[in-house]
Amino acid sequence: MRPLLVLLAAAALLAGCGADDPDADRPGGTLTVYAAASLIDVFERVEAAYRERHPDVDVDIGYLSSAGAATAISQGAPIDVFASADERQMQVVADAGLAEDPQVFAENVLTLAVPEGNPAGVTGLADLAREDLAVALCAPDAPCGAAAERLLAAAGVTARPDTYEEDARATLQKVELGEVDAALVYVTDAAARQQTVDAIEVPEAAAAANRYPISVLAGARDPAAAQAFVDLVLSAEGRELLRDAGFRTP
Amino acid sequence: MSLEASVGTRRGDLDLRVDVEVADGEVLALLGPNGAGKSTFVRVLAGLLPPDRGRVVVGGEVWDDGVTSRPAHRRALGMVFQDALLFPHLSVADNVAFGLRTRGARRGEARAAAAAWLTRVGLDGLGARRPAELSGGQAQRAALARALVGDPALLLLDEPLSALDARTRLTVRAELRRHLAAFRGSTVLVTHDPVDAMALADRVVVLEEGRVVQTGTPAEVARRPRTDYVARLVGLSLLPGTGAGRSVRLDCGAAVAIAEEAAGPVFAAIRPESVALYTTRPDGSTRNLWRERVVGATPHGATVRCELDGEVPLVADVTATSFAEMGLVPGAEVWAGVKASEVAVYAR
Amino acid sequence: MTRPATRVPGPLLVPAALGVAFLVLPLLGLLVRTPWSQLAGQLAEPAVGQALRLSLVSATLATALSLVLGVPLAWVLARSRARGRSVLRALVTVPLVLPPVVGGVALFLVLGRQGIVGSWLDDAFGITIPFTTAAVVIAETFVAMPFLVISVEGALRAADSRFEDVAATLGAGRWTTFRRVTLPLVAPGIAAGAVLCWARALGEFGATITFAGNFPGTTQTMPLAVYLALQRDPDAAIVLSVVLLAVSLATLLLLRDRWLGRAGAA
Repeated sequence: MRPLLVLLAAAALLAGCGADDPDADRPGGTLTVYAAASLIDVFERVEAAYRERHPDVDVDIGYLSSAGAATAISQGAPIDVFASADERQMQVVADAGLAEDPQVFAENVLTLAVPEGNPAGVTGLADLAREDLAVALCAPDAPCGAAAERLLAAAGVTARPDTYEEDARATLQKVELGEVDAALVYVTDAAARQQTVDAIEVPEAAAAANRYPISVLAGARDPAAAQAFVDLVLSAEGRELLRDAGFRTP
Repeated sequence: MSLEASVGTRRGDLDLRVDVEVADGEVLALLGPNGAGKSTFVRVLAGLLPPDRGRVVVGGEVWDDGVTSRPAHRRALGMVFQDALLFPHLSVADNVAFGLRTRGARRGEARAAAAAWLTRVGLDGLGARRPAELSGGQAQRAALARALVGDPALLLLDEPLSALDARTRLTVRAELRRHLAAFRGSTVLVTHDPVDAMALADRVVVLEEGRVVQTGTPAEVARRPRTDYVARLVGLSLLPGTGAGRSVRLDCGAAVAIAEEAAGPVFAAIRPESVALYTTRPDGSTRNLWRERVVGATPHGATVRCELDGEVPLVADVTATSFAEMGLVPGAEVWAGVKASEVAVYAR
Repeated sequence: MTRPATRVPGPLLVPAALGVAFLVLPLLGLLVRTPWSQLAGQLAEPAVGQALRLSLVSATLATALSLVLGVPLAWVLARSRARGRSVLRALVTVPLVLPPVVGGVALFLVLGRQGIVGSWLDDAFGITIPFTTAAVVIAETFVAMPFLVISVEGALRAADSRFEDVAATLGAGRWTTFRRVTLPLVAPGIAAGAVLCWARALGEFGATITFAGNFPGTTQTMPLAVYLALQRDPDAAIVLSVVLLAVSLATLLLLRDRWLGRAGAA
């Protein structure tokens, strides 16, 4: 076990006690999913569809940064399914021997988000290099940050960000508050906030898409229920929900 | 430099109305029980408490006229509090120099004046100490120096000796007397200890429940107290009654034989050392002889002060030896005798 | 002044020991798991030095700002007879219960580019606060100042106000009295409050990352660096935490010794 914050370990320890509960072995028990924060809107609909089909399973989905989720899982958090926003964080879990068979279920591309009405007159990626603009990017360690780095490198733009936000949602929030003039966020997030945020399409983004893998985790308390969730996400119905939210599906 | 004050103010249950005048160089003692309003009155004089109405004039300058009240820091006064209250974060010398510095003196001048005053109050060489390193008596001397160094027009002493132990009180009282004699301004001394008043004051004002009940020289007040409180303080038994020739018919019923003629409402005052106690009825010429019961006894040096109740409430002093021999425990029945010539009588 | 050592009553001993364990064990856990071999490498990272320096500077500035604003505020809370004082006190302590992230958003609404005051600053002077080191200091002050105010107010209430009367009879006006008597009397309380405030500012995360953002050298303080490192490399995060811990403990112990030394002379 790699060392981490004591709090996390303690939480894992406490939850681990629950795994010994005989009820947990009963089919149709509980299903706990950790999903990247950018999946919140679409996975709420997936969850509803899942409940319809498996009313006997108690589903619980936690949304957090992919990196945070990966760390918690590696530390032994009793999670059954992990849906990451990029393959790097899934690899962290796989390296710990916990991800059984990751499969990519969606791709997300970045877009330029500007406050409603685009007060700074942003037109494209090149504006991110303007010194007079306040610019937010995701931190390089977050999947959206890694994607942004790839995109900017491919476009040959040296951005001058004012802040590296911890995750995609925090980045979007800065645009919504009007505190930055532009930010690189997921198309899906921008679409979910159409009322407060304008999106400017970035043609170069398609090449720098990030891929969302999902996997049942080793030690899932109810492997059948967990696999059923993964199958639903990968099914035609699941793909349609993802596409509705702005994701691309393989 | 003189004080004229006529002050009225309410503080909770207390309705304070006091008129006093204090001449230059005069020391006025404000004597009274706790809660009589003594401290409230000096706080008004100090400007720490604006009065509801009244007038305070010091040396011709109006400090309060009932409408406007000059703030404390603009009054030329010095004040000594019960607990010395030297600033704990300053050296003794800086404490003494404090008032000079706030009133604009240069550091060097203030230091020199403070050092001179420390010498005057017998604290030579202790200026560098912290107040916590002084004894109670030393701290109170420093507090006096701090109050006097600015040569104030009015000096206020609020129970300056009551926090000191008996021995220290004796010496500090004697020194205070010396400093007050040299002080040219007016002094108001608040105390509930008659000895302080007797020893230090030129004039005594007795304050009870916010009112002046008696004014006079210490000797007058001690000899002729007008209230129970003062009488008890000075140790006299104060017996109100009506004069009828060479006797006083007391309000409590008994009669007191006296040496001179008296008429109308009077006080008969009897000093404790004038009361003789007997276990059996004595023979002889004693005119006043009453059945009494001992209700309390307090040792006072070589004598024991006995509180008596019976036909006439009295206080009697007996020697410790007699006290033991006569078995004067509380509850003991005794005869008390007082010569007619020992009874002081004065008009009410 | 020293008191004779008092013996701890039995019923207090066990909970006290548990309390110590509860507070100290997590720190020990951190130390036990620290990959010490990485320490030198991490310390050599310019980014780490930058974050540490920024943390120390901004926490110190936040403490200074808290002193300038907080001590007078504490005086008003402790001494003024104005009505609505209890309401004022409740308002002042709001940042204590407010989640810091919410505090950060609230700061945006006032001092952000679109904020009530911030938009005016931008229009009139071209000053924008978010994403600057000033924003870090403001966020830390917002969260940490209540600790100072509460501790100084307590000290003022406990102080003997008769000393202020004495000062008045010695010709000191209110301001002189405050400066030369009240302040020195409550100095230990102010020092304790400043230490609490500094420590809270140093560890501040939520309001800072929200209002000031995260940019190395400008707004990335140690707690932010630790948090972001946690996502990438938990071992590095632990090393950074230990560095922050060591520096802050060393600073506090050094100051404490100095203050105690001075108090001992008093």
